[in-house]
Amino acid sequence: MIPEIALNPELATLSRVIVLVALTFYAFSFIVLAWALTKRAGGKGKKDKFANRLDTIGLVLMGIGVLANGVGVLTRGIAANRVPWANMYEFSVTGAFIVTAIYMASLLFRDLKFISSFVAGFIVLIIGSANTLFYVQVESLLPALQDYWLVIHVSVAVLATAFFTIAATLALIHVMKESSLIAKSKLRGVQWLAGLLKVFPKVEKLERTSYQFNIIGFILWSFTLIAGAIWADKAWHRFWGWDTKEVWTFIIWTIYAAYLHATTTKGWEGKRAAWLTLIGFTAIIFNFTIVNLYFKGLHVYSGL
Amino acid sequence: MSSSQPSKYKVRKEYNEPIEAPDLSLKSWARWIWRQLTSMKIALYLLLFLALASIPGSVFPQRSADPNGVVLYFKNNQELAVWLDNFQLFDVYSSTWFSAIYILLFISLIGCVLPRVGVHYKALRADPPEAPTNLSRLPAYKKLDQSEANLKNAIELLKSRKFRIVATKTGIRAEKGYLRETGNLFFHISLIGVLIAVGLGGGLSYQGQRVLVEGDTLVNNEASYDFFAPGLLFDKNGMEPFSLRLDSFSTTYDYKNPANYGKPMDFIAKVSSKETPTSPIVKSKIRVNEPLHLPGAKVYITGNGFAPVIVVRDKDGAISFSGPVVFLPQDSNLTSLGAIKVPDAKPDQFGILAFFYPTVAKLSTGALTSNHPYPWDPLMTMNVYVGNLGLDSGMAVNAYKLDVHAMKQVAGGKSGVKALRLSIGDTVELPNNLGSVEFKGLKRFASLDITYNPLDIWVLFFALTTLFGLVLMLIIPRRRVWVKVSKTEVEVGALAKSKDKSLDKLVKDIAKSLKKKSK
Repeated sequence: MIPEIALNPELATLSRVIVLVALTFYAFSFIVLAWALTKRAGGKGKKDKFANRLDTIGLVLMGIGVLANGVGVLTRGIAANRVPWANMYEFSVTGAFIVTAIYMASLLFRDLKFISSFVAGFIVLIIGSANTLFYVQVESLLPALQDYWLVIHVSVAVLATAFFTIAATLALIHVMKESSLIAKSKLRGVQWLAGLLKVFPKVEKLERTSYQFNIIGFILWSFTLIAGAIWADKAWHRFWGWDTKEVWTFIIWTIYAAYLHATTTKGWEGKRAAWLTLIGFTAIIFNFTIVNLYFKGLHVYSGL
Repeated sequence: MSSSQPSKYKVRKEYNEPIEAPDLSLKSWARWIWRQLTSMKIALYLLLFLALASIPGSVFPQRSADPNGVVLYFKNNQELAVWLDNFQLFDVYSSTWFSAIYILLFISLIGCVLPRVGVHYKALRADPPEAPTNLSRLPAYKKLDQSEANLKNAIELLKSRKFRIVATKTGIRAEKGYLRETGNLFFHISLIGVLIAVGLGGGLSYQGQRVLVEGDTLVNNEASYDFFAPGLLFDKNGMEPFSLRLDSFSTTYDYKNPANYGKPMDFIAKVSSKETPTSPIVKSKIRVNEPLHLPGAKVYITGNGFAPVIVVRDKDGAISFSGPVVFLPQDSNLTSLGAIKVPDAKPDQFGILAFFYPTVAKLSTGALTSNHPYPWDPLMTMNVYVGNLGLDSGMAVNAYKLDVHAMKQVAGGKSGVKALRLSIGDTVELPNNLGSVEFKGLKRFASLDITYNPLDIWVLFFALTTLFGLVLMLIIPRRRVWVKVSKTEVEVGALAKSKDKSLDKLVKDIAKSLKKKSK
């Protein structure tokens, strides 16, 4: 007999409020960081003292946001009496927390301040849509999900996604920086963008850092795939069955494998590899949204 | 999945150099094709094609994963479905075009990796390579305007950083990070292992399904399965002689939390198994996520439902049918549909289509439904049909369905006689003087999946070694360093295999050590 699990809907409501507080801080953080970035574009770049101060304020706001986000995740878990990643709302809120936490932790090792506004904007988008589109009340797990592999398989997938997110942000800047369309445009707005792009580091640095995040993401993704297969063997009586979600996990793995080959193939390193990063990341987002919501398969856990 | 050796490296020069127009002899054509196939660029294209080719399998229902979906697709879009079927779009992962891509990739992988094993083996035992003529072209480079250099100091430094070193009077060559290539080869070879284990394992495996009512026993041989799909190499005669009895099946529901009130929380099948006919009985439980491991098979529960026990008597009271009947669930509250066939009835055969409602409720339309999967308030309704059951034609007949189109309805529907209604323990008279039917009791059934794959443990093994190789090849940096001393200057250059941030720092450190005076 499994012990009866008590859900706590009141605490879940409180958790949602805390997540909204986190969202507010993230939103302010985004505004301040974007301001800093635009300030740099028109001015003295890295030496702009005012922009530097804005950066600090923005990151502090982000720090408070991530703390609130963490409390939100924790309370959701306590309210549901299990790990808080079993439906799309929970994936999103936990994912946002992990992306931000990984980003802020990597600031200690790498100079990545220049993408702070991108990360903040992305997080606002994720938590915003989680709260408006994906919100569901806390529920207990289906028998198929009551397994320790839920803890391992899903958390590593989210972690991998966090690394891929940062790599994709860098690749996006890389691609824009090398775009002749942007560089040669006579449109005012695009010229302004071209000016903005000069604030970012050289493409070599973007490429190298993006690669470092991608390889960690790829290792974690490979682990996700293997862990998923082990779990599928227990729960679905086969380790691989081309379920839609398995297909997309495989597609994503293959795209990033192609990316790794591209980084050491003449003519494919640089911009083309950056494009592959963006394609891979698009596949991840597609897998998380469209496949979860509209494709038929065994992974029907969106909760919607 | 060809080499990840950058073109800067000499060891695999032949694969990465631009390929010249071949002469027209057959042999050189073959060579040219082989080189193309094992080139990195082709591996890259094949990977992208493989990703692209996988997509349709997630868009269209697949016969392997969702056979009912395919049937439904054909029903709804007949013409389109036939057209799609011509391109094997309902069998994407076993299609010719999908297979072609992965087989090419497989060949490319083998063709690329095997020669590299030899090259790497030699490299492991060889000295670091000679310095390139022009060190200043390397990604990290520094020149010192002096003719004297403290090579000893630099050697100490390189030694402390675990470099393999060859030093002469005029310079140093050093290399480290051989494990990177070892890991790379390990990864790719393990991948071949995964593919072989998956392919061969598929051939040696079998998958069977069987519905067991509480009290029923499965004996492991082909005949006792409802569905049996052996691999091409599976030996049906060598099946382990285990048996498995379903003692009971139970479901736990949540009645505590309003959010998931009445949702199933746990399924438990209690079973007694014997490894051989003479072995002792072992009692165990099978749950979702917890299959039972028997010699030569794993047993999973994949579904469940009700099997009402029905007794049919003729007008004289003699029993013409008795036993549990498996009712197929129609919704999540286990409204179930069953077919009771009475072939021995006289003068005519008859059949009953019965609905079972575990917790009966009435819809606003007046129709009955079930609003809970647990039998709190069970009710069965029966429509009775008289006529040929079609069991003697020799054709396979679906045991769970009653083909009524050639039969005459005598109870329920528009027959003029109301459908029969029974609670547990009830006996009611059948119309047309057919006798009586009793709803004697309620049993549960479990659908079991029984699978066997002797190589799945090897798939796992190779998957894990793949991961291990992957970590080595991506984390360990491989670096080469050269120091050249000439009459007027000292040069330091370094080369790395990956995007290496600390290469400049390494060169700086070495340059510094070269300047230092010996202690």
